[in-house]
Amino acid sequence: MSDERDHYDGQVNFSHYRRKFLKGLAQVGLAGGVAASASGVARAAWGGSTFQDALGDFFQNHYQRMTPEEMKDALARIERNAKRKFGVDITCVDTPPIPGVVFGYALNISKCKGYRDCVYGCIRENNQGRDSQVQYIRVLQMDKGSMNLERSEHYYEPESVPVPGKFYLPVQCMQCDNPPCVKACPVGATWKDPDGIVVIDYNWCIGCRFCMAACPYWARHFNWTDPQIPAEELNRATNYLGNRPRMKGVVEKCHFCTQRTRKGRQPACMEACPTGARVFGNLLDPNSEIRYILEHKTVFRLKEELGTEPKFWYYTDA
Amino acid sequence: MTFFHFLRDGVREMLRGPRAYWIWLGVLAALFAFGALNYFGQLRDGLVVTGMSDQVSWGFYIANFAFLVGIAAAAVLLVIPAYIFYRKDVKAVVLLGEGMAVAAVIMAMLFVLVDIGRPDRAWHVIPFIGRFNFPSSLLAWDIVVLNGYLALNVFVPMYVHYCHYRGQEPKLKLYFPVVVVAMFWAISIHTVTAFLFSSNAARPFWNVALLGPRFIASAFASGPALIILTLQIIRKVTDYPVSQSVIDTLALIMTVAMQISLFFVGAELFTDFYSETNHATSMHYLFLGLDGFSGLRPWIWLSVALNLVAVTILSIHPLRRRMLTLNIACVCGFLGIWLDKGMGLVVPGFIPTPLGEIFEYAPTATELYIAIGIWAFGFLVFTLLAKASIAIELGKVRARPDVSRKPIVGAPSIPAVAHRD
Repeated sequence: MSDERDHYDGQVNFSHYRRKFLKGLAQVGLAGGVAASASGVARAAWGGSTFQDALGDFFQNHYQRMTPEEMKDALARIERNAKRKFGVDITCVDTPPIPGVVFGYALNISKCKGYRDCVYGCIRENNQGRDSQVQYIRVLQMDKGSMNLERSEHYYEPESVPVPGKFYLPVQCMQCDNPPCVKACPVGATWKDPDGIVVIDYNWCIGCRFCMAACPYWARHFNWTDPQIPAEELNRATNYLGNRPRMKGVVEKCHFCTQRTRKGRQPACMEACPTGARVFGNLLDPNSEIRYILEHKTVFRLKEELGTEPKFWYYTDA
Repeated sequence: MTFFHFLRDGVREMLRGPRAYWIWLGVLAALFAFGALNYFGQLRDGLVVTGMSDQVSWGFYIANFAFLVGIAAAAVLLVIPAYIFYRKDVKAVVLLGEGMAVAAVIMAMLFVLVDIGRPDRAWHVIPFIGRFNFPSSLLAWDIVVLNGYLALNVFVPMYVHYCHYRGQEPKLKLYFPVVVVAMFWAISIHTVTAFLFSSNAARPFWNVALLGPRFIASAFASGPALIILTLQIIRKVTDYPVSQSVIDTLALIMTVAMQISLFFVGAELFTDFYSETNHATSMHYLFLGLDGFSGLRPWIWLSVALNLVAVTILSIHPLRRRMLTLNIACVCGFLGIWLDKGMGLVVPGFIPTPLGEIFEYAPTATELYIAIGIWAFGFLVFTLLAKASIAIELGKVRARPDVSRKPIVGAPSIPAVAHRD
């Protein structure tokens, strides 16, 4: 997969020299690493990683500046780190966006009953920390007759849903076309890919959380500690800009399940939804279901007045 | 070679002093070490040891950062009278003010460093080697202006001290243009820091045009407060001449800044509370509480009370001129603005969240310990810089004539160079 990557940024020229320099450093590090593992202390000393992998992680370049070989090394490192941490063999690939595709999502709030199956489907699919309770989707229980988010109930736990007089509004990353989080990031660790998905290079994020302050949809979440996932629950099919295991101190968010959707599958939340409230598809395909909804239903988007141009629409049957 | 001697003699002077000086340094170093120890715990376990959450994702660290950038910027209030209005009395202490700016910028940077989740990746912000999202990211702007300000406030005083060390007068032509740049730069650091918050349309509490002016006004009140207190201590513990006229000028500046600052706060309160739109909910939470949550209410009212005491004392001439009441005003104003700009500005921006959730924040002991460590480090930096500066300015530390390029007859007896033009 990694040889299909062609979206470098404009800093390739400099990048060449930088790479040479870092390669030199890495080789020095490799020699040191061999010495360290010979003395048998490498594992404990480097935070569950070997010295050379810790060094490789440290000097890893920005996603958009990595050569295919560097990406291959990075993916192999991710797999080795997961093996060490969880004792599980995962596969991590770098799936590029599909040309001619821009993803959009539409959600029928008349059909949503507030079951939160999407929330838990997402957690399992995307390897979110179980203890830390990172959830990409938050379902708001709203009073009928009002769209005031400030009167929404986040932690509703009635005997059964739906509660009479309430409706449910699931909120997740809107994959804005004009994303304020991307503007905010001081190191360009998050950006909008050509298929419209706002992605994060977890290895480049410095954890300043400026993007979290900038997001009007509270879509971004921080790993306040090392995410804990039971090994047997780990989703082993992972993607670099998607659901691969994250480390502490970095920001993550919904990425429309890049590991699935860039291979033509549905996102996990759509698959998990028992009511069929969710419609996902290619906005550039005039025959897609999502285009039908945008053209035939009365739709709305959250906080449109902020100019973020979300690619996530809500609609009703009425 | 002379420059090397300059640095060597400067450091030697920093490490020379009476018993009380060493106890002071020891206490600061111990507090810093205590903070550092706690920071290692935070590095090991993650930021989960703080009171921050996905809901309130910035807290005590960023609050202190915002406040300290203001303190750093306030050094300009000595620079302008000293270099533009040729006030000799102010020029005598301007180097101390610049030392305070250095200490404040270093503290501000440390507060950002302890706040980020991956300090090991801090090199990612280095242009070209890392990937610097300039000019799009306001945080990138802040990195530029803070580093630039630090450099300006290190190099200008270093040049002036170096000249005095060699018994020469600094060349005005050489450093005056840099001083002019530094003046505008001082305003820029605090404006950019305000824009860091006000640029977020997602957070209506911060997303107001008045935030930048408010930051500058409150900085020009809290900064002089700290300088006035510090200058009195220096006057007491050293034989460095600090003219009362400097303190009077600073007190007057502080008075006006405090009045303007409170007027700005009033304007914001009116706009939010009269319209009662959803944009006012954070302000409502801060001052009155929301849905039974009112964690910040006591603090903001304490801040209001402190600021009112300060502005009242300052605005009544006889009270402002008496050192006791002036000092009360300085302590009140400093603490009041620290509460207001810190907890009162940063935290309520996150409450409620953009999805309307109310989740409160209070700093943990770890956060307080780390913050104490950083403040102690800042005091330590300032103490050392001031110690060397005062010795050089008093002519106690001088290049020996045989090593200086231009030997000066009777150099060691030159009295307080700082008083000369």
